[in-house]
Amino acid sequence: MSSDDTPHFDTLCIHAGAQPDPTTGARATPIYQTTSFVFDDVDHAASLFGLQAFGNIYTRIMNPTQAVLEERIAALEGGTAALACASGHGAQLLIFHALMEPGDEFVAVGQLYGGSINQFNHSFKKFDWNVNWADATDLSTIEKAVTPKTKLIFIESIANPGGVVVDIAGISKIARAAGVPLVVDNTLATPYLCRPIEHGADIIVHSLTKFIGGHGNSMGGVIVDAGTFNWSREGRYPTLSEPCESYHGLKLHETFGPIAFAIACRVLGMRDLGPCISPMNAFLIIQGMETLSLRMKKHCENTMVVADWLNEHKDVAWVSYAGLPGDRHNKLAQKYCPQGAGAVFTFGLRGGYEAGVKVVSNVEMISHLANIGDVRTLIIHPSSTTHRQLSEHQQIAAGAGPDVLRLSIGLEDPSDIIKDLEQALASAV
Amino acid sequence: MQHDTYSEAYIRKILQDVKTIAMVGASANDVRPSYFAMKYLLTKEYNIVPVNPREAGREILGQKVFSSLSEIDQPVDMVDIFRNSEAADALTDEAIAIGAKVVWMQLRVRNDAAAERAEKAGLKVVMDRCPKMEYGKLSGEWGWLGAVSGRISSKRAVLFGNRIQSLSIATRGS
Ligand SMILES: Cc1ncc(COP(=O)(O)O)c(C=O)c1O
Repeated sequence: MSSDDTPHFDTLCIHAGAQPDPTTGARATPIYQTTSFVFDDVDHAASLFGLQAFGNIYTRIMNPTQAVLEERIAALEGGTAALACASGHGAQLLIFHALMEPGDEFVAVGQLYGGSINQFNHSFKKFDWNVNWADATDLSTIEKAVTPKTKLIFIESIANPGGVVVDIAGISKIARAAGVPLVVDNTLATPYLCRPIEHGADIIVHSLTKFIGGHGNSMGGVIVDAGTFNWSREGRYPTLSEPCESYHGLKLHETFGPIAFAIACRVLGMRDLGPCISPMNAFLIIQGMETLSLRMKKHCENTMVVADWLNEHKDVAWVSYAGLPGDRHNKLAQKYCPQGAGAVFTFGLRGGYEAGVKVVSNVEMISHLANIGDVRTLIIHPSSTTHRQLSEHQQIAAGAGPDVLRLSIGLEDPSDIIKDLEQALASAV
Repeated sequence: MQHDTYSEAYIRKILQDVKTIAMVGASANDVRPSYFAMKYLLTKEYNIVPVNPREAGREILGQKVFSSLSEIDQPVDMVDIFRNSEAADALTDEAIAIGAKVVWMQLRVRNDAAAERAEKAGLKVVMDRCPKMEYGKLSGEWGWLGAVSGRISSKRAVLFGNRIQSLSIATRGS
């Protein structure tokens, strides 16, 4: 309901989407660990399958635990509806599946998570969905990459791993002019730090695996529909605007209006491709979301302290954290994420590749692993791990050159994080 | 009254009070949005009177179809307009004439001049909304789709009769 008295962010983190169970009164969200749901009668079953009634059929399509997670993240992002998926990559697949036809093109910027670069360059090519790369720090390259076949523009709000903050509103203008939706991966910022829909994004995607779940225990992804894009205007998105054969000629945009995109991803992409989230993981991620504000605030505070310290260290050549005054992205950070530039950043070692490999082996408390957004502090040397499949040129473009280390700062006492880095750096040179 | 946003209380009162809804532009085609809405509202036990001159005399979902609002042989509480914004002009005047208490224009249908006339005549007006969606937001069913209702409540949802997977907008205890 669009009324003026929408509850505030911290309240939504705890309450949005969750109402006590109608039969038991359970207050915390129950884990509906079931594959399927009984029908009242044959007509009820037919109505559910025909999308004429709201309701659960089978957990691949929807599940009540998952639904709480979806409504909550959609409310936090300021969207109309969401679809949770098995992983962030699964969510990305379903977005493209709804919007792209074979032979179509899309524009993505190089400042992306390495896994997304791989997904676009290799797996999506097999579907004949063709990427045109651009540079997030030079909007004219995005404009130039748009062609008549372009169906969407894909960016990250804060890019992984480089600490680049992207000009969402500027890129949204280009998307508007091209008549295509702007898709924003908001994983590193979370809606606590940045709400891209307020800056013109049409679709949000998250890896829930990171800060939203926040405890490093569950894979998950989500698609949030802003409800802003007119899918029927030019007929360029037939999945949404044209009669849908597998639903007897139903038109999804006409029928579902402001939630049509989220519904299309659910009743076509999820139904047919199947990357659904487990109810248990949905529950654990809901649990994480309840403390999202508290955690993100502390993540950002700790990160400033550690980034400042590294910035002064003799063996550190540079620190790329948009939260630091004087950083090349600090201005954009103040505009798009004034409460903090997130907790993931990179720094370069004077000792290059060799020193990087040593530091990740020397850390004691800090975990050497391929994730971000955990209560624990994490470190990785991207060029020998996450970005290893990319060429050196691509690595550098993605902010993951040979000398680069990436940190994801946790919620420990910052002096203990610094102490561990201090000894790891000391014995690396 | 402004019609960009509606309070939860305003929509709830309308959907709790009305019993008979004349649905103008009701379709017999079972993949049309009007058919979806009609089928859903019937399960919530509203009395739905379909209006569609091309289907007049036939039945849609077991309900007799009338050719126009003025031919309906029973009192109508609400007129639900499944036509375009232009057609809503004359239909609003007809709704006033037959003594309806509410004019409801569907998603993407908005006619501010007609709304003003209806309000002057004492009717309530809702525009650019779907009663099925609004019912779902108030009952809690909307959230099953991962969609945002904008509601927060620590009260148990209310089951509709003895059905499963069907929630009601009735106030608990009423
Ligand atoms: C920014 C970003 N987007 C997407 C993903 C992919 O998410 P998942 O690992 O949940 O598939 C990641 C994972 O590292 C990420 O950091």
